[in-house]
Amino acid sequence: MVENKSIANVLMLKKLLIFTLIMFVFGFALVPFYEKFCEVTGINNLLRPDIQAKEIQVDESRWIMVEFDANTRGLPWQFKPLQTNARIHPGEPVSVMYEITNNSDREINGQAIPSYSPRFLDKYLKKFECFCFTKQTLKPNETRQMPVQFVIEPELPADIQTVTISYTFFELAAGVSAVNK
Amino acid sequence: MAAVHGDVHGHEHDDHHPSGIMRWITTTNHKDIGTMYLWFSFAMFLVGGTLAMGIRAELYQPGIQILEPELFNQFTTLHGLIMVFGAIMPAFVGFANWQVPLMIGAPDMAFARMNNWSFWLLPVAATLLVSSFFVPGGAAAGGWTFYPPLSTQGGLGVDLMIFSVHILGASSIMGSINIITTILNMRAPGMTLMKMPLFVWTWLITAYLLVLVMPVLAGVVTMLLTDRHFGTSFFNAAGGGDPVMFQHIFWFFGHPEVYIMILPSFGIVSEVIPTFSRKPLFGYSSMVYATASIAILSCVVWAHHMFTAGMPTVGQLFFMYATMLIAVPTGVKVFNWTATMWRGSMSFETPMLFAIGFIFLFVIGGFSGVICAIVPIDIQVQDTYYVIAHFHYVLVSGSLFALFAGAYYWIPKWTGRMYNETLGKWHFWLSMFFFNLTFFVQHFLGLAGMPRRIPDYNLQFADFNMISSIGAFGFGSTQLLFLYIMINCIRSGEKAPQKPWDGATTLEWTHLPTPAPYHSFEKPPVVN
Repeated sequence: MVENKSIANVLMLKKLLIFTLIMFVFGFALVPFYEKFCEVTGINNLLRPDIQAKEIQVDESRWIMVEFDANTRGLPWQFKPLQTNARIHPGEPVSVMYEITNNSDREINGQAIPSYSPRFLDKYLKKFECFCFTKQTLKPNETRQMPVQFVIEPELPADIQTVTISYTFFELAAGVSAVNK
Repeated sequence: MAAVHGDVHGHEHDDHHPSGIMRWITTTNHKDIGTMYLWFSFAMFLVGGTLAMGIRAELYQPGIQILEPELFNQFTTLHGLIMVFGAIMPAFVGFANWQVPLMIGAPDMAFARMNNWSFWLLPVAATLLVSSFFVPGGAAAGGWTFYPPLSTQGGLGVDLMIFSVHILGASSIMGSINIITTILNMRAPGMTLMKMPLFVWTWLITAYLLVLVMPVLAGVVTMLLTDRHFGTSFFNAAGGGDPVMFQHIFWFFGHPEVYIMILPSFGIVSEVIPTFSRKPLFGYSSMVYATASIAILSCVVWAHHMFTAGMPTVGQLFFMYATMLIAVPTGVKVFNWTATMWRGSMSFETPMLFAIGFIFLFVIGGFSGVICAIVPIDIQVQDTYYVIAHFHYVLVSGSLFALFAGAYYWIPKWTGRMYNETLGKWHFWLSMFFFNLTFFVQHFLGLAGMPRRIPDYNLQFADFNMISSIGAFGFGSTQLLFLYIMINCIRSGEKAPQKPWDGATTLEWTHLPTPAPYHSFEKPPVVN
């Protein structure tokens, strides 16, 4: 009786330990699940070129102020847009030039990560070309100008008059490929 | 049925345990371990309470008087971590250790040695956590939920916190495996699942929740650790990660966690109310099903903590409705407790007072929870004192009051001595008064827009903050009275009668002498 009981207990212990292990792995499995979920639903899709699926009508009755912001974090680059803002109609194709300069005497890889305000702008902002899609490599003291081409769809809610598009350059270690999701 | 012995000393010859400190270090006895859990959690309660006193002292007046903002942030962070992981959770495990074997007629926990180990991990974790105040950069300061990027940027204190959470998690998992196995395999003959006391039922469900979500917490702090030191980018946008993902994984653990802290208190209250109403619990099986439904629902509502973090409207609606659905089984419980008291032959000893106080104040916390669940309101009150008031109503006047009720209810069984009833009632009424003084006004502060976790505030909030601080000092001091009552009871309390509560019907009161002998139920009782 006592023997049977302790065997049953040990069996239970094993089952529960395996369950614990499964849940630990499940915690990590949430990471690819989360990424897949965002990809399928189109949330957080900031680092891939958009495809122009339909002809976008320009809404000439409305103006939007687009502000451009540029930052670097942890790398000796100077990074700025050549114009700080643009006044546009929704649906109108926009092209903006950014300039980066490597102020150090070593070759550095970097990638820019976008951030929008308001947060839901990503639903209406279609980017066709952007330096943020790829890794940028700058030789010592090299300067480069890079374009961003985008359209803000006319479906943008009417109460939004000003939007901000911000990029921050982060260093990529040698041999690390660019992030693209 | 065990023979009823008149005095404590009559048992000593068959106790077989080393004396002095080695008794406590090497013990595998569920009663010893339960006692250690309870003392440990009370000590941590005092540490966390001291931090709370510091927070309220700083908030007594606008401006910075006592704590620099950096230290203030460390205080709020560690107050939360210590109260959740060091005080409330181990206290419930302490109750489970003492009461589960006694209430199901088992001689001890299933894995007595693992039980010892799961306790002794706790002081190690607590030392890591508390000592992080003294490392360069100080303790973790990004809030008890340790969201990145703050937690990926903090100093050594964050690493100590991560290790501490790992150890606490391991301890909890071992504890719950032990509790599940004990409940499922070691019940006395005749004790079917649907005859188990409700405290045992709530702990069985809680223990399952723990093994479900604690490993996920271990996983997410591991990701934090590798992000900090091993170059991964789980939560770092520059490397393709996403800080919002941390919030999803954390709250996948975190929301069931809040039910882990409240379900056992439902259990305690469901024992105390019938005893002092001298009626069986109304709707026993609906209580069991309600507990299980709460546990299941708690796993699908996590994102209501993140309504402002960015989510599609469909997601917000789902999490809003799912959260509000939890009010249904919770309402069933409150209804059953009230119906148990209805036309009962009630008496109002201290455990009953705390249990009724629990119902009264927990319902207030539950209602403010439903309010917070509504997306547009939540966006307004997110990170304000309204949320602080809400979760202190469910955690302090919920979990903590139930713990007090349980302690007063079972202390005669544990020690063979009665506590001082007059002082116990003073403890209740002072706690009740000062608790509401502290936290009720915080609803108004929150609705007026005072943000949480900020050491300074606008002048318009000054009066309510002063009232809240006075209440907090009163509430803190009142808990020293509880310490005095307990020590007084253990050392020189009046001898308890065999069955001090005439309405009690569970095994520990009907089949065991008072105090419970060191080894109980070596021959299992037969339950009809």
